[in-house]
Amino acid sequence: MGKRKKIVERVTTLMDKPDKIRNIGIVAHIDHGKTTLSDNLLGGAGMISMDLAGRQLFMDFDPLEQARGITIDAANVSMVHEVDGKEYLINMIDTPGHVDFGGDVTRAMRAVDGAIVVVDAVEGAMPQTETVLRQALREGVRPVLFVNKVDRMINELKVEKKDMAVRLGKVIDNVNKLIRGMNEEKYKAGWKVDAANGTVAFGSALYNWAISVPQMKKTGIGFDQVFEHCRDGKMKELAEKVPLYIAVNDMVVKFLPSPIEAQKERVKVIWNGDWGSSVGKAMASCDPNGPVAFMITKVKVDPHAGEVATGRLFSGTLERGMELHVSGIADTNRIQQTGIVMGAERVEVDRVPAGNIAAVTGLRDAIVGSTVSTESGMTPFEVIKHVSEPVMTVAVEAKNMRDLPKLVEVLRQVGKEDPTLQITINEETGEHLMAGMGELHLEIVAFRIQRDKGVEIKTSPPIVVYRESINGRAGPVEGKSPNHHNRFYIEFEPLEPGVVEALREGKINMKMEELERRKILLDGGMDKDEARNIAGVFGTNMLLNMTKGIQYLRETMELILEGFEEALRNGPISREPVQGVKARLVDVKLHEDAVHRGPAQVIPAVRQAVQAGVLMADPTLLEPFQNVYIQVPQDQMGGAMSEIQGRRGAILSMDTEGDMIIIKSKMPVSQMFGFSGAIRSATEGRALWSTEFAGFESLPTNLLLETVKQIRTRKGLKPEMPKPSDYLKA
Amino acid sequence: MLIFIGLGLYDERDVSVKGLQAIKDADVICAEFYTSRLMGADQAKLEEFYGRKIRVLHREEVEVDPAWLEEARSKDVAFLVGGDPMVSTTHLDLRLRACEIGIQTRVIHSASIVTAVSGLTGLQNYRFGRSTTIPFPYTARGKRIIPETPYLVLKQNMERNLHTMLFLDIQNQRYMTVNEGSELLLEMAQCAGEDILDRQIAVGIARAGSIDACVRADLLPRLKDWNFGSPLHIMVVPAKLHFMEARALVALAGAPAEIVADAVD
Repeated sequence: MGKRKKIVERVTTLMDKPDKIRNIGIVAHIDHGKTTLSDNLLGGAGMISMDLAGRQLFMDFDPLEQARGITIDAANVSMVHEVDGKEYLINMIDTPGHVDFGGDVTRAMRAVDGAIVVVDAVEGAMPQTETVLRQALREGVRPVLFVNKVDRMINELKVEKKDMAVRLGKVIDNVNKLIRGMNEEKYKAGWKVDAANGTVAFGSALYNWAISVPQMKKTGIGFDQVFEHCRDGKMKELAEKVPLYIAVNDMVVKFLPSPIEAQKERVKVIWNGDWGSSVGKAMASCDPNGPVAFMITKVKVDPHAGEVATGRLFSGTLERGMELHVSGIADTNRIQQTGIVMGAERVEVDRVPAGNIAAVTGLRDAIVGSTVSTESGMTPFEVIKHVSEPVMTVAVEAKNMRDLPKLVEVLRQVGKEDPTLQITINEETGEHLMAGMGELHLEIVAFRIQRDKGVEIKTSPPIVVYRESINGRAGPVEGKSPNHHNRFYIEFEPLEPGVVEALREGKINMKMEELERRKILLDGGMDKDEARNIAGVFGTNMLLNMTKGIQYLRETMELILEGFEEALRNGPISREPVQGVKARLVDVKLHEDAVHRGPAQVIPAVRQAVQAGVLMADPTLLEPFQNVYIQVPQDQMGGAMSEIQGRRGAILSMDTEGDMIIIKSKMPVSQMFGFSGAIRSATEGRALWSTEFAGFESLPTNLLLETVKQIRTRKGLKPEMPKPSDYLKA
Repeated sequence: MLIFIGLGLYDERDVSVKGLQAIKDADVICAEFYTSRLMGADQAKLEEFYGRKIRVLHREEVEVDPAWLEEARSKDVAFLVGGDPMVSTTHLDLRLRACEIGIQTRVIHSASIVTAVSGLTGLQNYRFGRSTTIPFPYTARGKRIIPETPYLVLKQNMERNLHTMLFLDIQNQRYMTVNEGSELLLEMAQCAGEDILDRQIAVGIARAGSIDACVRADLLPRLKDWNFGSPLHIMVVPAKLHFMEARALVALAGAPAEIVADAVD
């Protein structure tokens, strides 16, 4: 442990020198070798034995992760690396590759300034390479490239020595094509990855070696030697001559920005406050003496320390005993402990200055995405965008009745730890719902509830999550308050697809400058008059206030919005969430006295009008789809194709890569159950496949009524599709 | 026939003789106590005094789904309401519904808080502007909301030199006090960035119609801390005072003379 203590000492010395810090993430398509890569870097830093690097999977410290061979949580580690006689502190986050855990990648990107993108030399850039790269660029995180498994290319694909450079060049070109397509401005400004300048490294994480052009110059080892060593099985020797961690960490230190350099630009991407304010300036300059600006990217409940909030400190210094404001919470929270994270362990330090990734306890009100500051009114950081939406739900019940209260507590906790998980608690029935990214995601959460939190549970088979929407127009629909003294007239139509898209990407909110919002709405295809009258946004639905000069409407609007949201949160068709609805409030009649138009009157009136309106406007159900990418030898293609077609799947494209076929297809999630086993037997286990969330689409008309009936029956509602009159009480 | 019968201000004995007779003669007796309540009598006391059983209706049974109304087609149904029955505007809806389905209606009036306030304070009924209710604040979409209507009505009346009667909200077993009402008015003024109420005289009234009615006039910020005792409460924010009104507030409402002098027109 002496060695470890020494590392901690070196780390804490460097924490105060932001120009010597690099906050980085490792991202990749599943199985391209992220965790093996991070083990190599840890080995190089003396944190694990070099012999074990590539095999220990230090970052997968959860036994569940080691057993399944995949990373589930993003894990952090701090280490020291020396370049040209100077020491640097590298704070690294390893992120999961499985699509079911995409939320963790998104959040990790907020904490870092640079990313090592790992790509398999044999497979090249894959769908999730694209997804994670997009997440990085959206957060203003600069990429460098590590091309992994070069040994496989030589030994398995038997690529000739002369073809090696071409082959690797193609991998790099594909990555650059992605970067350019996502952000041409940055691409031109030098974010293009280029082997010649050193922003690309090649190697084998499994065998612990890597080279880059600058390293070739230094060591004299080029592609020829690499080729020969690999072919002759002398990779151990190669690992001694050109250890992976040197090539990769050198690349990180030289090309990925320090917090000082990065924050100048990133603050504008992730924070929409006043850049000229004291906190704005402090963040742009990474000032340890400025106000605290701390963004929480992870909350984990530790059995001993309680809730540990991890995140990126953009300005100020965190110390024990500080009273800090958590966005959206009136009271302050007091910091109990400050620390940094080393894999499964948290190491306590006295203080953490700006530019670092910190782990603190005592922020009891913080959730993932919270902004924590010494200033009470600090503009919160931009919301962290999750690319995927929950597509599957399971019902959770306690096995023993006496565990019921504990289960509620535990579910709230896991919901806090994992924001991609949606928890619905029903205290009355004791049946609680967990909605997540896929079967695997929910399985793991359920497993952890039992193992880590010690509550025995039963889960239902997973159920697909649907959405409700409209295809037509309706209205004005009249909503009357229970006391009959207030009336609301609302028209309905589908929201413009361009506007829905902008909402989904988080480009529109009610806090932004009105002119800016109006411009985005106009670009999205909305009418000028409507774009000026946005009353509220809920998911991808909008309420427009088209009335003029109605007395007392202003103080009633929050209640109208609440009624609107209630109706859309549990839609009228089958109590699934509603999306893509534009509701235009065209007239309102209000009672003179405020007490006769309070919550008990306005909310039900509006809710009923919206429920009936959706049913009058050619209602429809939408089902979630996944893109399914399958890589399969040509002679097994038939089996894969019939699996897709038998599941209402559509084939989007087919590409030949050597003797392999890469099929891109799209399938409804409802048809994906048991796909894993089926594709295995249909292709004699030769298919490699991965999935990605592909949005919601209308259910075929012939399935609509049957599906509505199924959902309603399951929820204990009367099975028939409801009629508008069911919601409009006299 | 549906007969709206006012029960008056405070206890079982405030009903008119005509009203009492109608109650005794009715076939069915319903009552609602969510718009107003007789604080000096509970259901048992009322039943004992009237010599009849009363069916107390919930808000939903009155406003949303008044199935009991059907009985008024063939029987005489008495509908008992605290105060004067039609002062609560929401009962007009019930009366109209009855008319629409061919049920005859009748109203038997009784004393209303509206006239009692003039009587107890000496503020002249000719000089009142629009009245308004101060509702309890509520939470919508995570925000605490205080409706600003009472403050707007108050300001308009003040501009026209008219008194404002402020009803105080009743919710379930919760009755707003003059103290809470004063505090909320001051909060509304603060939200509007105005201080016109800081030196404004106001009158609080508690338990009108009872023998220990409490009437107190003082600066609004001071009423916040005056102990008015048990409910129901109501308040008035007067305009400039007529000299007779000023004398009355000193004599009947314990108003400090120097404050009243400032408020005389």
